[in-house]
Amino acid sequence: MNELQELYQQVILDHNKNPRNFGELPQCNHHAHGHNPLCGDQIEVFISVDEKSGLIEDVKFKGAGCAISKASASIMTTLLKGKTIKEARKLFDDFREVVTLDSNSNPDVMNLGKLAVFCGVREFPARVKCASLAWHTMINALENSDVEQISTE
Amino acid sequence: MTIANRTKTIEEIRADFPILSRLVHGKPLVYLDNAATTQKPKQVIDAISDYYLNYNSNIHRGVHKLSQEATDEYEKSRTTVKNFINAHKYQEIIFTRGTTESINLVANSFVKPNLSEGDEVLISNMEHHSNIVPWQLVCEEKGAKLRVIPINDTGEIIFEEFEKLLTEKVKILSIAHVSNSIGTINPVKAMIEKAHAKGIPVLVDAAQSIQHIGIDVQDLQCDFLAFSGHKIYAPTGIGVLFAKEQHLKKMPPYQGGGDMISTVSFEKTTYNELPYKFEAGTTNIEGAIALGKAIEYFNSIGIGFISRHESELLEYGHSVLSEIKGLRFIGTAEQKASVISFLLDGIHPHDIGTMLDVDGVAVRTGQHCAEPLMKRFGIPATTRASFSFYNTKEEINVLAESIRKVIKMFS
Ligand SMILES: Cc1ncc(COP(=O)(O)O)c(C=O)c1O
Repeated sequence: MNELQELYQQVILDHNKNPRNFGELPQCNHHAHGHNPLCGDQIEVFISVDEKSGLIEDVKFKGAGCAISKASASIMTTLLKGKTIKEARKLFDDFREVVTLDSNSNPDVMNLGKLAVFCGVREFPARVKCASLAWHTMINALENSDVEQISTE
Repeated sequence: MTIANRTKTIEEIRADFPILSRLVHGKPLVYLDNAATTQKPKQVIDAISDYYLNYNSNIHRGVHKLSQEATDEYEKSRTTVKNFINAHKYQEIIFTRGTTESINLVANSFVKPNLSEGDEVLISNMEHHSNIVPWQLVCEEKGAKLRVIPINDTGEIIFEEFEKLLTEKVKILSIAHVSNSIGTINPVKAMIEKAHAKGIPVLVDAAQSIQHIGIDVQDLQCDFLAFSGHKIYAPTGIGVLFAKEQHLKKMPPYQGGGDMISTVSFEKTTYNELPYKFEAGTTNIEGAIALGKAIEYFNSIGIGFISRHESELLEYGHSVLSEIKGLRFIGTAEQKASVISFLLDGIHPHDIGTMLDVDGVAVRTGQHCAEPLMKRFGIPATTRASFSFYNTKEEINVLAESIRKVIKMFS
């Protein structure tokens, strides 16, 4: 059960059950759809960036998906608020590293902060796409390709 | 009572499939993803290595001994397939890469040349993407329309609606014999009768029926039948298209190349006789030979035992899983092959699949290449357990136990 408990940590299960920042953001200036055809996961990410300060003021998401994709989206939204776009991109890179590093490389968990909950994902390569969907969609939203569908398949 | 007919016990059958004794995450493998692909018995695996160890060579080309042996085995396999589905002639059996290629061949060589604007192609709401997309492509090119037979809430074709859709505009009916996602067995024989009464040819997608139901193409009277070797205990990359000779004779080749020609000059090429006209290039020789061996193996187990055992598993699976609170079946047709699709309240199939895997249980989760069917039921995905004759009730118990663990974890 060890790998499983690592994947489905309490934090993940909690965010799955009670997703934070769930809903729409009608006044947003960045928005994108994401879709994983393999499992049918759908997500929409709404971001509003303050034009003057360049800071992310608010983020919301909605959609249907597995526990991993939903929790990942929820945790992502909590990490983004107050960040600059550059910081958001850096977070995305860090996240990618966390979920794809091979298990022997033992990353410095202290530096990962909240992203550490995603460490379990890398033991389940089939689930990396689930965890990444919201993040790819967020990057797409920031690039403001409003119409495009992003796909992790 | 029926036990007397058995040639092998279930233990002996399982011993024929070496992979079934491996461990997954430290647990015995419980392989319930047979609708995706079946495991291979050692008789089939050995046939492939025998080919490469002893008589690998190209077919229909050499005068040397090896080529003769390979050609003989390849053609013997074609006869095995012909007898298996009771086709009239070996000329009606074409080796392809699989169901997908078989359907594409019919779409391009049979339907497309005669398709005009306003014509229709008729399929059902429960088709696999490979029985949707090839038709969309030819319809788009020709300005024809794809029409879809609706299904009811149990996952059965609504027959009256089907009859209404059978108009003179329809140029082909292409229908799954068995649904890969929910296991419904469609009344293809009755559908073929109705279609033929209006002069409409019919393709049966037998990808999910060939391994469960005895098929007799002369009894069905289908014009075309497509299936994949890998779902009937043979390797991937080999499949079959059965087509009535009268159609094949009129159809232009699907691909051009070697072996499908009789004479070639830069001015004019004449095509080879049937079925070689439709087998361009060097084919999957070892795959075709192994398919023959897989069918021989299948016959040695016997369709009688196979259908009895698989219906028992289906019934047992339904009864054991229906005791689990929060579990809902998707697809409850009266006539079903041994496929069970289900949902768990509030738990996504992907999470179920991962957790079952850790217990050694292999199931399919997702849309099963049938997005329109998922949409019909208003769900994003399901978890699917599909049984073969080598599965056991004990394995279904492991599945049920593992599902209970998933529910506990997420509660
Ligand atoms: C009903 C049905 N049709 C067609 C196919 C496509 O078969 P293949 O991918 O082997 O060509 C499948 C495979 O899953 C199937 O289940």
